[in-house]
Amino acid sequence: MKLITHNMLTSKGIKNVKEGFPLKIQADEVKNVDIDFDQDFISKMVPKLDWNALIFAAQCVGHKEDLPDTLPEGYENDEDLLRKLHHILLEVEVINGCLECPETQRKFPISNGIPNMLLNEDEV
Amino acid sequence: MDNVEKIKTPLFSNITSEDLEHIYEPYEDSFLLIDALEKDLHMIRERQPSVCLEVGSGSGVVLTALASALGPRCQYRATDINPKACRVTRETGKLNGVQIETTCTDLVSAVQDELKGKVDVLLFNPPYVVTPSDEIGRGDLEHTWAGGERGREVMDRLFPCVNSLLSPQGLFYLVALKENDPDDICETMTKFGFSNTTLLARQTGPEKLCVLRFGHKQLFE
Repeated sequence: MKLITHNMLTSKGIKNVKEGFPLKIQADEVKNVDIDFDQDFISKMVPKLDWNALIFAAQCVGHKEDLPDTLPEGYENDEDLLRKLHHILLEVEVINGCLECPETQRKFPISNGIPNMLLNEDEV
Repeated sequence: MDNVEKIKTPLFSNITSEDLEHIYEPYEDSFLLIDALEKDLHMIRERQPSVCLEVGSGSGVVLTALASALGPRCQYRATDINPKACRVTRETGKLNGVQIETTCTDLVSAVQDELKGKVDVLLFNPPYVVTPSDEIGRGDLEHTWAGGERGREVMDRLFPCVNSLLSPQGLFYLVALKENDPDDICETMTKFGFSNTTLLARQTGPEKLCVLRFGHKQLFE
């Protein structure tokens, strides 16, 4: 599971959960992969991200490094920042671990890089 | 003359016979959807999509085909209710040199809130076979074909989500069977604010299949 994926996962399917976002990441096994950097693509993706959730996720997996707490103006031209974003969004993969709902603490396993968000009948 | 570009059928030799006891083997309906995307490729490209989502990706062959054609400037995401299908989807992508992020969830349950207004291409080849309602999801393979009454019970659950998922320029491609009553599907989607086109229709064996494409009404006026 890449962090770009984490940025779109919620546990809102659980009944009575208001936001279910962001999910806390417990990463037991993390892998780094190499993906070609595409500045335009990352620039385009940035406005679609929840920045706070991204920072939170980066902290969870120990990769917060020097990402700013808020998205700075003019980020589209900041190649340095975009490269850091590229790395954290696309090149860090959680292979095994779990995601935790912030409201119910319900855990969702991640195995082989795939988060299993299936709910039981009584949770829906 | 339109520039007709072909979409190559992906390799899927990664799929084992054990896998096939749990996931849907790429078949005529899968290839029909790929053919429809090929037909629309120019229009899809024009929109410069950044997010493509396939619901119920199964073997991953359809999303992989689209990803190979569109290239890495786009995020490819898949969901499936079967964790094995999620794994196979990723592997099929990998075999063909594309990155697909998969999430195991029921339709779009875990992704619909954060993907609001972001999906540029939405794909769904649903379990469309007409079956008794209680056959739906009875087992891994039933998930792939059992569609309940009129074969509509699973796809009908996705339709109300499409409006909020799609970006303003977004397109939704759906495979349906004659028995699913495509006219009625189009009427339902019209009520949600979509215009429709029947991109392709084909008879394969006993099945009369079609691929429908939906987009926000304003796009096609």
